[in-house]
Amino acid sequence: MTSLTTPSTPTAPTAPGAAPGTGDRAERVERIRRAAHRIRRNALDMGEVQGQGYIGQALGVADVLATVYTDQLRFRPEDPHWPGRDRFLLSIGHYAIALYAALAEAGTIPLEELETYGSDGSRLPMSAMASYTPGVEISGGSLGHGLPVATGMALALRHQGNGARVLDLLSDGELDEGSTWEAALACAHHGLDNVTAIVDVNALQADGPTAGVLRTEPVTDKWRAFGWHALRVDGNDVGALVDAFDELRGHRGSPSVLVCDTRIGRGVPLLESREKAHFMRVEEHEWQIARDQLEEGLAR
Amino acid sequence: MTSTTPEKRLTTSAMIASFADPGQRTTSAPFGHALNRLAEQRPEVVGLSADLAKYTDMHVFRDAHPDRFFQMGMAEQSLLGTAAGMAEVGLVPFASTYSVFATRRAYDFLCLDIAEPGLNVNVVGALPGLTTGYGPSHQATEDLAILRGCPGLTVVDPCDSVDIEQAVPALADHPGPTYLRLLRGAVPTVLDEYDYRFELGKAAELRTGRDVVLISTGLMTMRALQAAARLEADHVDVAVLHVPTIKPLDTEAVLRAARTDRLVVTLENHTVVGGLAEAVASTLAFAGATTRVVPIALPDEFLAAGALPTLHDRYGLSTDAVVARVRGELGGGTAPRWVPEPAPATA
Ligand SMILES: Cc1ncc(C[n+]2csc(CCOP(=O)(O)OP(=O)(O)O)c2C)c(N)n1
Ligand SMILES: [Mg+2]
Repeated sequence: MTSLTTPSTPTAPTAPGAAPGTGDRAERVERIRRAAHRIRRNALDMGEVQGQGYIGQALGVADVLATVYTDQLRFRPEDPHWPGRDRFLLSIGHYAIALYAALAEAGTIPLEELETYGSDGSRLPMSAMASYTPGVEISGGSLGHGLPVATGMALALRHQGNGARVLDLLSDGELDEGSTWEAALACAHHGLDNVTAIVDVNALQADGPTAGVLRTEPVTDKWRAFGWHALRVDGNDVGALVDAFDELRGHRGSPSVLVCDTRIGRGVPLLESREKAHFMRVEEHEWQIARDQLEEGLAR
Repeated sequence: MTSTTPEKRLTTSAMIASFADPGQRTTSAPFGHALNRLAEQRPEVVGLSADLAKYTDMHVFRDAHPDRFFQMGMAEQSLLGTAAGMAEVGLVPFASTYSVFATRRAYDFLCLDIAEPGLNVNVVGALPGLTTGYGPSHQATEDLAILRGCPGLTVVDPCDSVDIEQAVPALADHPGPTYLRLLRGAVPTVLDEYDYRFELGKAAELRTGRDVVLISTGLMTMRALQAAARLEADHVDVAVLHVPTIKPLDTEAVLRAARTDRLVVTLENHTVVGGLAEAVASTLAFAGATTRVVPIALPDEFLAAGALPTLHDRYGLSTDAVVARVRGELGGGTAPRWVPEPAPATA
């Protein structure tokens, strides 16, 4: 229980990044759930610094990031450039707040640094950039770049005989971009089974609900038609995420994609019930309420 | 490059950042309202956006004319290709996204589908130059450099809400393709205090002055006017020539302004490469004039993320920086580099 206030202690074999996907399932799920809770709290703390931001997305994607960073990804928090690491690409630069929260949980960046988020001179800019932050692999911000770059990394790793995997987190909005689908063709054509795409389907983009902006459903069918091994899960169900990631890790012969349906503001009823907005406004006094609601949720 | 000390600094607050000075007079969404007025007169005017209607003031038009607005999703190549197709069939589209995406992502479509056939498509790009602290992905520091090279494209960099309101109908009236550097949200209102009307392709002298001429475009005209007023207090007489149309450039006005013994300074919210400074310099050189040009522009670098006022100081676009630069040039010898005050320690 006390571990709730600090990043998970690196004890083998569950030290972050050490041994992906191992251990008793029930224990894994519980450990990930607690990590997701801390990621959400980190994100709320950062959101308060800016007084606004992509907090809804961060809360929605926290379970996915917790599963990736504390259960699936092979990396060394103290050595972010270790050549044998699995690459996690944040194609959606605006989700930086969520990634920093996860990198603090993973031990790649110090927890204390989170309060500099988005401030002048900080290593944690509002939009994630590799040149600023340890553990950030690509510079995002312009959407639809992640999968093409992932394709190149995966081709190069395979070419060099490096068994590392490439994971690319993209958003449902990024399914609008042609570049995403151009890279999807390339990954399938080249049989890149070292690529795993993760699509955060929060059903929202900048101008409103995805269904009204540009219809992308049926999403899973589209990936399959493009030659991908595709699964779709509730992205806020940690057990389902663990099972799906385990399955995809073992898949060979074609690239994999995990389509995750997530809920904006997940874990904080105040924000979960608020009208969905790409850039959610949170009043100054609401941050503490949000933190309290988050704690109550874990206790239940 | 960066520090790890957790101390309270100015924050980016990227999406709501405004370059308006505190307390400055502003007009809300001048582009959206101007497009609405135009649409009432011209039924062939339509609007399109690529998942950025809300962030380019196009939502004002979308809400007033839902049947004439087309949401293309976050697909900028498709946005500009679609706009071209609509113009081919006789509509007059205004297509909005951020400047970075219109130029970097979709330039091939702007160039070949819109400019080459000479279609009346009006591309509207928000966040031109350094108008967001969000980092290089959103800072269109080289959009003018890219687009000045595009044959037949008219390029407009408005100063304020007055420029935008008057430019919108002029862009629609112009038969060929145009690009507008959009200022969005609460846009400063400045030029109504001058005897000024926006005229496509024309520069306008907003102030006369014997010692210095500031040749400026876009929001830097606002800074030029402020700097000129401050320098007047030091008995430096500063003229301001506002150049809202970057292409075709009003070369006659530029030559007239530069062919004196005044200090010639260009001001632009854009990299020093390929924008107003080089357009003015080449105009002078091609005409055989040997006047030196002092460029106030962004450096040839990927800029930092951070709070907009901090960045405008750091990269020399703030009024303080402009005044210091002009004083340095007038002082003779080498101009001191503008060193901004450290950011105030507030969140
Ligand atoms: C190429 C590109 N076009 C437009 C934008 C502006 N933009 C930033 S986020 C966003 C919405 C994209 O959809 P999604 O990532 O699903 O949004 P969210 O779920 O975060 O609301 C848009 C259009 C961008 N960053 N990059
Ligand atoms: Mg989305």
